[in-house]
Amino acid sequence: MIIAVASGKGGTGKTTVAVNLAASIGREVRLLDCDVEEPNCHIFLNAVFNEVEPVGVLVPVVDETKCTGCGECSRMCEYNAIVSVKTKALVFPELCHGCGGCMRVCPEAAITERSRDIGVVEVGRAGPIEFVHGRLQVGEVMSPPLIRAVKRHIRPDGVTILDCPPGTSCPVITAVRGSDVVVLVTEPTPFGLNDLTLAVETVRLLGIPFGVVVNRVGIGDAGVYEYCASEDIPILLEIADDRRVAEAYSRGELAVAAVPSLRDDFASLFDAVKRLAGRQAVQSEER
Amino acid sequence: MKIAITASGETLESPVDPRFGRAPTFIIYDTESGEFEAVDNSQNVNAAGGAGIQAAQNVSELGPDVLLTGHCGPNAFRTLSVAGVKVIVGVEGTVAEAIEQFKAGTLKPAETPDVEGHWG
Repeated sequence: MIIAVASGKGGTGKTTVAVNLAASIGREVRLLDCDVEEPNCHIFLNAVFNEVEPVGVLVPVVDETKCTGCGECSRMCEYNAIVSVKTKALVFPELCHGCGGCMRVCPEAAITERSRDIGVVEVGRAGPIEFVHGRLQVGEVMSPPLIRAVKRHIRPDGVTILDCPPGTSCPVITAVRGSDVVVLVTEPTPFGLNDLTLAVETVRLLGIPFGVVVNRVGIGDAGVYEYCASEDIPILLEIADDRRVAEAYSRGELAVAAVPSLRDDFASLFDAVKRLAGRQAVQSEER
Repeated sequence: MKIAITASGETLESPVDPRFGRAPTFIIYDTESGEFEAVDNSQNVNAAGGAGIQAAQNVSELGPDVLLTGHCGPNAFRTLSVAGVKVIVGVEGTVAEAIEQFKAGTLKPAETPDVEGHWG
């Protein structure tokens, strides 16, 4: 089972939910931190890494002696990563999505590919938790290829938890796609509700069952609850606004260590997630 | 000599648009004949990315010797340099005023882009 922990809004508690859920399942579990622009799960788990894999994207290299400047490559490229000026083709590697289209359409076979490093995947352990994360190089903007490299460590057996990036754009879609259940973490504020609505629309498009975790219960207003009730979205867990949780977070410690009763709450979240995934499985068998 | 100017509209009285890649119009002005042509750039105004590169390619195909604009980023600058188009940044006022300043020789080509690249 693959559980993606996501949210529209940043700072709602995705990492808190992902690491504490992993620590509360009580058996072998895999945690993949897909927030490659600022991975931080390892801090809470004291992960020890024993393997580093460089990750690159393929970008075009133009043989100037063969290029006639016909412009086929530049007309093919949606991202303006290769452009034909006079008799030369100019490449802008940081804009390239690595599709290889320019190479295929070049009538002179003047284009080959090279790998351009964008970051690393680090693999290790944190006690019973098998831990993997990606680290994007500073200044890079192309995170989806690195997220896909992190996700290659998903295995069909057991439980895999994905800590996803915030937002609703390509990196989030890349991280969430293919999971069995999505846990959307929000806070009960107008900001939280606004971005939860966007996240719900995104996950519905992907057709993955989902539920909501409301974090910092006690602040804000009733908007998130009213929205979930009207949209028939299950609330899987409520985490109270508790200074002890915030203090533990600021020290890089698990919330379940600071507030032991939370361990039962996260165990019940796992049960609720399994029920969501199971309901989906039953429904697809009925079809 | 042909001059390209980024413009907010399609006449010589239009203001110079300070943006290069996402300017609505390019005015191509011929200093010998005094005639001009307005070239639409609206497809680039809302481009997701690479607007400067695409605009630089489009402009260079129109064959100007020099470009007058407000600002020019690194990708557009590199593309225009390869195409042999000189870039003059910091130009203000109307298109007609920009042409007069250029003819008077008060505008100097830039050696480097004057703004940082940006993404997304």
